[in-house]
Amino acid sequence: MKNSGYFRELYVGGKSLIIGLGVTLKAFVQPIVTVQYPREKLEITPNYRGHIELVRDPETGECTCIVCGMCARACPSGCITVSGEKKEGEKKKSLTEFRLDFTKCSLCGSCVETCPKGAIDYSQDYNIAGFTREEFHYDLIKRLEEKG
Amino acid sequence: METTVLYELLRMLLAVVLVVSFVFLNAMIMGYLERKISAHIQRRPGLMEVGPHGILQLLIDGLKLIGKQLVVPKDADRTLFRAAPLLSFAPVVLPLIVIPFSPKLQVRDFDIGLIFILAISSLNVLAILMAGWGSNNKYSLFGAMRSVAQNISYEIPMLLSLLAVILMTNTFSMQGIVQAQGKIWFFLVQPVAFLIYIVASFAETNRAPFDLPEAESELTAGYHTEYSGMGFSLFMLAEYANMFVVCSIATVLFLGGWHGIPLPFGAYSGAIWFFIKAYGLMLFMIWVRWTYPRTRFDQLMNFCWKYMIPFALVNLLVTAVLVKL
Amino acid sequence: MTEPVKIPQPHRFFLNMGPQHPSTHGVLRVILEMDGEYIIEPQPVLGYGHRMHEKMAECRACTAFMPNTARMDYAAALPYNHGYAALIERMTGIEVPPRAEYIRVITSELNRIASHLLWFGALLLDLGAFTPILYSFDDREQILDILEDITGSRLTYCYFRVGGVSKDIDDKFVERTRAFIKRLRQRFDIFEKLVTGNVIFIKRVEGIGIIDADMCRRYGATGPVARGSGIAYDVRKNEPYSVYSEFDFDIPVGENGDSLDRYMVRMREMEQSLRIIEQALDALPEGPYRGKVPKKIKLPAGDCCFSVEAARGELTYYLVGDGSDVPYRLKIRVPSYSNLSVVPELCRGMLLSDLVAAMGSLDLVIPEIDR
Repeated sequence: MKNSGYFRELYVGGKSLIIGLGVTLKAFVQPIVTVQYPREKLEITPNYRGHIELVRDPETGECTCIVCGMCARACPSGCITVSGEKKEGEKKKSLTEFRLDFTKCSLCGSCVETCPKGAIDYSQDYNIAGFTREEFHYDLIKRLEEKG
Repeated sequence: METTVLYELLRMLLAVVLVVSFVFLNAMIMGYLERKISAHIQRRPGLMEVGPHGILQLLIDGLKLIGKQLVVPKDADRTLFRAAPLLSFAPVVLPLIVIPFSPKLQVRDFDIGLIFILAISSLNVLAILMAGWGSNNKYSLFGAMRSVAQNISYEIPMLLSLLAVILMTNTFSMQGIVQAQGKIWFFLVQPVAFLIYIVASFAETNRAPFDLPEAESELTAGYHTEYSGMGFSLFMLAEYANMFVVCSIATVLFLGGWHGIPLPFGAYSGAIWFFIKAYGLMLFMIWVRWTYPRTRFDQLMNFCWKYMIPFALVNLLVTAVLVKL
Repeated sequence: MTEPVKIPQPHRFFLNMGPQHPSTHGVLRVILEMDGEYIIEPQPVLGYGHRMHEKMAECRACTAFMPNTARMDYAAALPYNHGYAALIERMTGIEVPPRAEYIRVITSELNRIASHLLWFGALLLDLGAFTPILYSFDDREQILDILEDITGSRLTYCYFRVGGVSKDIDDKFVERTRAFIKRLRQRFDIFEKLVTGNVIFIKRVEGIGIIDADMCRRYGATGPVARGSGIAYDVRKNEPYSVYSEFDFDIPVGENGDSLDRYMVRMREMEQSLRIIEQALDALPEGPYRGKVPKKIKLPAGDCCFSVEAARGELTYYLVGDGSDVPYRLKIRVPSYSNLSVVPELCRGMLLSDLVAAMGSLDLVIPEIDR
């Protein structure tokens, strides 16, 4: 009784070890599944939530923000600062300052959802890096102008 | 007379240079192979940056390690701490003197070659113990304690399985053992001894699945936790050279040494077959390392004393009876 | 009178598995009093990751707390989102359209599979096998890509909203999920051969860390820990929420309560999750993905609680409202805290290697304990 368990254990154990070796051998000859990142990049889905950017209206080419401040109020972390001024002869306020403090942002998406005009949208920047905290205090109007 | 003495001196000098540089070369090749093979088993490319497909990586790693600062921990035993890597390096260089790479390529052929190798390899464990104790670190001491028990336990099945082969060849000299395999290689005649020897060699070199003293996830790197720079690299060199020694003993005793399909260059070409077989066994060791998890310490001891030693003894008995007949 | 000081025996010593350690899953410190290789008394020390999430809930509008829920357990964040959103809906009586419920179930189960794949890799990494984690992360990357396409994030999802979800799923998602289900069923074969059958692995986990049903009840352990000990309790079956009552799936239950049983329970749970996802994809209704929600959600005065089955056990949110939109108090009962509390009694007298295997099989994520 005791002896049969001894030999059976050896046999079952040895077989499982050989099967395991077969699995790794099979994986050895299969192609690799990783990508060498800085040299080869993968395509990122357009639905990726990066930091927000101001969006130009496709017809007029202007930024559609009406400075209502809903995004700043909806943000749980308080990263958005919006201010505007009423210019002479115009009904709505125009935007003078739109700052995003990305070091506090948790990418929840509340700002994009509550904007009544669709003036902000996500970007696809995923590999941003910097040396100081101030590099992540984005001035979104300046970024919009630099983008062209 | 003088020319003979000069010739012998030159020969010894050449042998020393070749053997030590072989140890370094072996570590570079084995390090590269280990990382590349493990990478492909895990379906990733592995080393690709330095040189085409990362060939020069190990060279640059060696240069980096030479340049690192050697840190001795506070309250560590300085003598033991500094001496341990040196002592781990010495016992792996000496056995390379007796290994027959081909009928003509051997530094010295002792009559008791095999006993010499086994005796010197037993000194490995002393270096590990010194490193573990001298580091003044509880984790290192754990690793060292486990290694001591593991190494001295697994020497017994190793010796018993080798003894079975010696009973058949009647000589301890390494060259003699190879020449006795002219007709048939011994792993076909003694499969059980071959298997026991391979498993025991995993435990002797602290390779997975028996690598408890070493790179643990329980004990943050075991006995070489506190070493940096050249000390660490000496341990690594010693480990890879130990792997080579153990695999070449298996090649000599079980796989027919330098026998193989005859190639040109006569007496020197056997070395090619020898290296193919020895490196084949080392590739098998790498393959096993990246497949299995680690055994627990008492299960390792269990396996040695309850499974390997009975089989080795029975094998020895059967061999003795058959040789007598 | 101060606490009695334990004078250690001559050959006992303290080993500190510190906050930084390869195999404590997060910042957990365990002070081990040891005698040789045997553990006399383990004492977990918590608090290294305390980020005051419950206090933050008292300072924000209730809908603004959603990103915090994902940061507590980042390995399986969607059930946390689900629990919080469903709690607010239960308290204020907001209706969720059926399509949103189905989407919630599908994405939560995908996240559960991703969490179990992570656990599988991490357990084997602790035991010393370096390849299975890469095989399981291969599959996990597929899930993360699928979820990234609709939620926008890969790890800390803020996808559910009060009243539904924030973005609808499209045919591409359905197609990719179906292809993934087929692929994962084939990959289970690899895990089976490489790990589950392996004699070294079985010896490491069989008979280790036996938690019997009585111990589970005393400490309040839930999830795969309790199911491995024979207690067939799963919030999705015993107190069904969302649309789980419409699906046909089993609850895997173990017998002995050792680490191997907990391992098998989780592996089988992955297969059951695949079944749920398939049934949900087949029965996916059309309709809106978000219900009618007032602009500012005012919480009625009083309290309410809601339980979901997170990947690690039963997760309960308890909210006390005071009539405004900022909660008065939010209490979160996380499963890993109760699961961790069995460790001092369980691991007395174990070997150090067994402690690592037992803690790995409990599947602890320390950030959710410290919140």
